[in-house]
Amino acid sequence: MRRLIFLAPIVLFAIVVAGFALGLRRDPSLLPSTLIGKPLPSFSLPPVDPKAPGLTSADMTGGSPRLLNVFGSWCVSCRYEHPVLMALKSQGVAIEGLDWRDSRADATRFLAAEGNPYERIGDDEAGRTVIDLGVAAAPETFIVDRQGRVRYKQVGPITPEVWTSTLAPLMARLKSE
Amino acid sequence: MIAEIGQLALILALCLALVQSASLLIGAWRLDGALMSMGRTAAVLQAAFIAVAFAALGTAYVTGDFSIALVAAHSNSAQPLLYRVGATWGSHEGSMILWVFILAVYGAAIALAGGSLRESLKARVLAVQGVVGAAFLGFLLLTSNPFLRLTPAPFDGAELNPVLQDPGLVFHPPVLYLGYVGLSIAFSFGVAALIEGRVDANWARWVRPWVLAAWIFLTIGITMGSVWSYYTLGWGGWWFWDPVENASLMPWLLATALLHSCLVLEKRGALISWTILLSILAFSMSMVGTFLVRSGVLTSVHAFAVDPKRGVYILGMIAVMTGLALGLFAWRAPRFRTGALFTAVSKEYAITLNNLFLAAATATVFLGTFYPVFVDALHGDKISVGPPYFNATFAPIFMLLFVLVSFGPMLNWKRDSLGPLLSRLIWPALASAIAVVGAILIFGIGHVMAALGFALSAWLIVGAGAVLARRWRPVSHGAFWDGLWGRMRATPLAIFGLALAHAGLGVTTLGITAMAGWQSNAVIAMTPGQSLTLAGKTVTLTGLRGIEGPNYEAAQARFAIETLAGSRVLISERRFYPDSQTTTTEAGINVGLLGNVYISIGDRAAGGGLVVRLWNHPLVNFIWGGAFMMAFGGMVSLADRRLRVAVVKRVRAPAGVLEPAAA
Repeated sequence: MRRLIFLAPIVLFAIVVAGFALGLRRDPSLLPSTLIGKPLPSFSLPPVDPKAPGLTSADMTGGSPRLLNVFGSWCVSCRYEHPVLMALKSQGVAIEGLDWRDSRADATRFLAAEGNPYERIGDDEAGRTVIDLGVAAAPETFIVDRQGRVRYKQVGPITPEVWTSTLAPLMARLKSE
Repeated sequence: MIAEIGQLALILALCLALVQSASLLIGAWRLDGALMSMGRTAAVLQAAFIAVAFAALGTAYVTGDFSIALVAAHSNSAQPLLYRVGATWGSHEGSMILWVFILAVYGAAIALAGGSLRESLKARVLAVQGVVGAAFLGFLLLTSNPFLRLTPAPFDGAELNPVLQDPGLVFHPPVLYLGYVGLSIAFSFGVAALIEGRVDANWARWVRPWVLAAWIFLTIGITMGSVWSYYTLGWGGWWFWDPVENASLMPWLLATALLHSCLVLEKRGALISWTILLSILAFSMSMVGTFLVRSGVLTSVHAFAVDPKRGVYILGMIAVMTGLALGLFAWRAPRFRTGALFTAVSKEYAITLNNLFLAAATATVFLGTFYPVFVDALHGDKISVGPPYFNATFAPIFMLLFVLVSFGPMLNWKRDSLGPLLSRLIWPALASAIAVVGAILIFGIGHVMAALGFALSAWLIVGAGAVLARRWRPVSHGAFWDGLWGRMRATPLAIFGLALAHAGLGVTTLGITAMAGWQSNAVIAMTPGQSLTLAGKTVTLTGLRGIEGPNYEAAQARFAIETLAGSRVLISERRFYPDSQTTTTEAGINVGLLGNVYISIGDRAAGGGLVVRLWNHPLVNFIWGGAFMMAFGGMVSLADRRLRVAVVKRVRAPAGVLEPAAA
């Protein structure tokens, strides 16, 4: 019995080391969204182009799973991401846009020059909705399922690699759900 | 050339560390004096070679040898000389050289000094020290080589992280490392005792000054870090429960426990196994801290460039070293004789409780720090543990511990009785009662937690005074003043050290209580000429201009503040370092005994004004003042120790006080 007490430290230590070893395999900089598995917070945003429709959270439910892409004409990485979004649009992927801290004139000019991959665009000039969504920096993209629940958040631009390795399989799965 | 010299010196130091361990282990086993003497020489030489490597890196920084990748990454020619010197240990690789350097210097110190230490014990201590040194040198050479060349060499270097370009950086890491690495001596003593299978009072007498020295350095290092983050991070907090701060707090807590348990072992021969266990765990916590900062297992403001390979190496090193030590402990410690018995009212018992509380506090911090890692490893959930957890768990444990602090020194060894004990504590008890009642009368019942805080600090400060008063009281009848001076002079320095350290705890508590209860702040957009009043202090923005520093541009705001000593100017800056595209905040602080006024400036507001944050920090300096008082108490006590070790040398303690029960 007395011997067992003296064994306790090394047993506890072994557990801790095992925990550290498992912990080493993860990347603390990957911060997932707290929204995952939950419905999008409700929002209703005016359009960028007065003739087009705006974007509300209700638009995100029903139909097919879709992407919600937070962008801004001022954001360099968004410009880098833009051709990928245009390619996805041509493949028939539904993408909604959330224009963040942007003037309507700048956004219109940007989309006219580079092309518009979005079905609808909501204008979040004040940045309120973006705070509700927990966005740290543009671009960020939420994958939303048919029920309007957030299933994944991509931080940073969607590159062709990210699309083929992570997002495309997830979208295919959501489509069959 | 200089890089190659440094590289070669490190490789030779690694070889010497291996020679040191092997020759001393075998020498101690066979009682071969020649082998042991060779091992000691290797320990001294190892330190000398690491000194060469350290000097080589320092020279490369000062002369700006940008062909060395590390130098190019952390310094440039525009950087002030002080920060080029500081950059020597400001990077991961450089700080590891500093680490092994301090380790080797401690080893050399034991090899050269320590005449009265039993030769075989000394040899085994140094052998373990050599293994630790070899492990860290291997880490340095295999995963973090500081002397890698860069081809082609750049014309100029990048920049040391601007947050680190501060006089605080030059002193904070070395002092902290002196503490962390100092605990390696306790580790080596603990493992050596387990190898020998014998612990005696001499062991405790030898290890205690080392633990005390490491504890002093840790105390100063942690306090400096706290002061530094207070004035550089720009939002006026003094402790953030950041993982890396916790990593320095855990060894400190265990070192504090070890300091007290060594006392019991030395004086009464009790708590043998527990003390050995603490000596192993305290240094292991230092190593866990290194793992934490360098493996990328947690994110932190302090984290160095992250490399998973390093994480694996450090984890392996901890697993082997601490694992072997704890394995030895499980095997050998049951054979140690159980210590002398003591009753529930005795100094031993109070110190045992102190150790339990400190161990519980360490466990609390450990859980809070690593819980996110474990949860993520098991479930893949990302969570973070913040100040609310620590306030709810750590604070109550520490408040109970603080109640205990004033009891300990008033108790007699072995057996005491409750009645006389309580009468000895009448003054501290009275003082804390007055503090509670007074605080509630003045501030209202809403501040009951603050009232408890004041009561605790009164209990600690007056309790520390009572320790001295008990010493100075006349032995027989007579006035308190008769012969007082003689009794004061007869008081050992260690008692003064104890009183200072315990009173320092009270002073820190006072500061924390005031900050928790009465800190206030305001944020407004100000234009020049505008005034703001906070907690009775009026601050006026008098001027705003752009300035050029040696390697930064800054927006500088000048404020006038009215104090009792007249009007004073406070300067707050927002600096931009173009080389690394980083912005830092330099707060303007009006330092006063009763509190600080702290101003940091932000960006320009939309309306055209300047965003100004103003804080009132009552008694905040007491927090650090108390901590420095503790460290000073430790130094006073250390000065006394040296005398007593010398006395022991002359008298020679009776051998075999604590032979193992059944060898």
